[in-house]
Amino acid sequence: MLQLFLQILIYLFMKRIKIFFILSNLLSILLIVSSYAHALEPKEYKLDNGLRVLIVENHKAPVATLQVWYRTGSRDEPCGKSGLSHLLEHMMFKGTTKYGPSVFSKIVQKNGGTDNAYTTKDYTVYFELFSSDRIMISVDLEADRMQNLTIDQKETFSERDVVMEERRLRFEDDPQNSLFEEVVAASFKEHPYRRPVIGWMSDIKSIGREDLYNYYKVYYSPSNSVIVVVGDVNSDQMIERIKNSFGNIPPIPLKKNSSFSEPEQRGERRVLLRKEAELPYLLAAYHIPSFPDEDSYALNVLSLILSGGKSSRLYKSLVYEKKIALDVNTDYDGFNKNPYLFFFDATSSPGKNIKDVEEAFYLEIEKIQKELPSEHEVQKAKNQIESSFIMDQDSIYMEAMKYGLFEILGDWRLIDRYLEGIRKVKPEDIVRVAKKFLKEDNRTVGILIPTKKKDEK
Amino acid sequence: MKNRKFQKTFFLIFFFLFFTSYFLLPSNVYCLSVKRTVLQNGLVVLHSEEHSLPIVMVTLLVKVGLLNELKDKAGLANLTAELLTEGTKHRKSTDISEEIEFLGASLDASAGSDYSTISLSILKKDINKGFELFSDVLLNPIFPQDEIERKKEIIKGSLRQREEDPSFLVERAFKKEVFDDYPYGRLIEGSAETIDNIKREDLIRFYADYFLPNNSILSVVGDLTEGELNSLINRYLSDWKRADLPPVAAKGLNEKRTKKIVKIDKDITQANVILGHIGISRDNPDYYAVSVMNYIFGGGGFSSRLMQSIRDKMGLAYDVESFFTLNKEKGLFQIEVQTKNESADLVISEILKQIGRFREECVSDDELSDAKSYLTGSFRRKLDTNRKIADFLASVEFYNLGLDYVEKYSGYINSITKEDVLRVAKKYIDPENYVLVIVANQKKADLKY
Repeated sequence: MLQLFLQILIYLFMKRIKIFFILSNLLSILLIVSSYAHALEPKEYKLDNGLRVLIVENHKAPVATLQVWYRTGSRDEPCGKSGLSHLLEHMMFKGTTKYGPSVFSKIVQKNGGTDNAYTTKDYTVYFELFSSDRIMISVDLEADRMQNLTIDQKETFSERDVVMEERRLRFEDDPQNSLFEEVVAASFKEHPYRRPVIGWMSDIKSIGREDLYNYYKVYYSPSNSVIVVVGDVNSDQMIERIKNSFGNIPPIPLKKNSSFSEPEQRGERRVLLRKEAELPYLLAAYHIPSFPDEDSYALNVLSLILSGGKSSRLYKSLVYEKKIALDVNTDYDGFNKNPYLFFFDATSSPGKNIKDVEEAFYLEIEKIQKELPSEHEVQKAKNQIESSFIMDQDSIYMEAMKYGLFEILGDWRLIDRYLEGIRKVKPEDIVRVAKKFLKEDNRTVGILIPTKKKDEK
Repeated sequence: MKNRKFQKTFFLIFFFLFFTSYFLLPSNVYCLSVKRTVLQNGLVVLHSEEHSLPIVMVTLLVKVGLLNELKDKAGLANLTAELLTEGTKHRKSTDISEEIEFLGASLDASAGSDYSTISLSILKKDINKGFELFSDVLLNPIFPQDEIERKKEIIKGSLRQREEDPSFLVERAFKKEVFDDYPYGRLIEGSAETIDNIKREDLIRFYADYFLPNNSILSVVGDLTEGELNSLINRYLSDWKRADLPPVAAKGLNEKRTKKIVKIDKDITQANVILGHIGISRDNPDYYAVSVMNYIFGGGGFSSRLMQSIRDKMGLAYDVESFFTLNKEKGLFQIEVQTKNESADLVISEILKQIGRFREECVSDDELSDAKSYLTGSFRRKLDTNRKIADFLASVEFYNLGLDYVEKYSGYINSITKEDVLRVAKKYIDPENYVLVIVANQKKADLKY
């Protein structure tokens, strides 16, 4: 149901791609949250240098995860340097004054662990998963690379090449993802959300060692980060070790983030992309508020009513009854620092007209703007949210992700506020937000037009 | 449709990790208490209680997949599985999705190379309703003609859409080249032509032949006591009757190993390359040595030789890896990489160089011990959710590994020597007679191979 979001997340940001299986679950938490009554209370700490630490003891299995969340992402990059945050994320594995290049992951793996990282528009996350008797290795490794990163010149060039290969893999040779980049860029005129996290090719090429080092020095500091630990740990021992390892890292006073804004969109924008492809594809994006805006809860429920499974409205209409689309998705989670987008996407069935797909989509939007959805339909969406929240608690990785995300958005306690907000949504709220946001003047529509292949086989 | 390719990649990777790692945990650090019962109708039931969360995960594994299909009806196993949830004696397709989604649960069926599965993930409070739906799709599917047509069109459409994806093209061509007419050489979805050959009678017959209790394994993990499980089984599965299975048609795997190079032209920026050949079956006694060997060579992420050289030193790829697909019968060994068209030659020659070196010299002591400690140490970490445990138990049973396999396996891995690694590298990686498939802008790639 959140395929699109999943793509985005996976596509741009991974240091490597071997961890799909973990991330594929992430979509449900980001979409969805809370109910096994409420969030477990973590132990909270703040070190003198400003580092926030959250520890959740969970002794179900002898495993633990440690995650470092830096409050910086692609929106903080200087103009002409898109992809800087993501390239730095790669360089975080390429050596410190203590450990040589590419030693980090080796240490993790030979202790039976897994490590990875990803970059988003708003934040950058590094994490390890270990059996709990090895988790202290994480503390030392992460503290080291928070302050002692080398960013060697030669390594930078080589890793820049790797990232360009990553961009080719995920975007240049993928027509639907190429359209995604186009639509996001057209949706925002001013706000840095318009830039792809992986960066434009020409920008990536221009990033040098100094760019990386300056960015690292400004944004990678204890006062700009949060550590989340979940699993079979003793929180007293854990915080002692964290204090010992991170406590001496000096804080860096951060100049207030310049406030980003985007002027109101006053008319539909359309983007066409002609590229070698098999089937036409439609992607529409509407500006919407982000969590915890009062409307964000109803937008979440609306998204599920429209595309939460095979019994959802869009699937039933476009795929099942009209048979004009192979798949349909909407994507809204609202978990961004600034207002972002509500996406709708669909791949046309062979031989069908993408125009009909677009019209059928608008028809469903009009319907939900005019008629109240039933209580049952709203309840179904709420049940999906609650159930996913409980199921996600089965994984310590997902738990840690949830605390980290909400802490980045303001406070981990927002988890409970989110759930309460969802529970309060009424059918009238659905109609209200559909009318307020899903309107023509507020949307950017992209269409992928397949071109003939150069040489028919 | 988009993330289908990821599902596939994920499956292969996961599969490999599964069998290299999951079993490695010494049982004294991670107790997995499992009860195994064989019912009168032949159904094997595996049950593990886990009460920390109010959820229940159910996996039913049915021993039917690609291997049971005829060539001209390829895609039959997949279509059968996909249609289980599209109409029963008691419910229409739309009723099934409505009821299951209202519970915030999921109920999915799918087919694979060796077996098919039906998976239910549900909250404890809804287990009665969920199990009833699960038993309904398992026991009472009616394969309505309009749903068959609908599903066929979606599968064919998605096959078409995936042709946009170079990794799909390269994998499909590679498999076909290595296996020829053998079932593992086909896509689980079949092809547009073979899908059209499948009739409703075929589905009904295939279902009746194979979806039998004496051909299935039921694995249940979560917040459910033995008594609760027994009463669910008695109430909902008591009508499931044992029957004779069709005779197994022998399908000869032609183990030709000749060098073959396939080039496919596409207007893309990166060459998608696969090099490899037939690998080993899951029951090969060299399985453990191969696991260690492949980890060091190209399966061990950033610790692997291929990654260190092609990504870390040369900056020529985002990802490069090797793996053995492990199936009931012999699977694939393959090395997969994507690099800009212009550097395809260089990357292929580096891969061949690495193969050559790997078959000549013993790995270092450090490499060996790092591989072993990863493989043995990562087990308990990976088997960390009820869903994973449920699927794991079903596979353990399917591959006849025994519930004590965890204990045995750790010892096997630790017994592997450098000489074993060299021996299996020589035996199972062929530097001469491989299949090499390159999907690229052939003009820009200008391959010498």
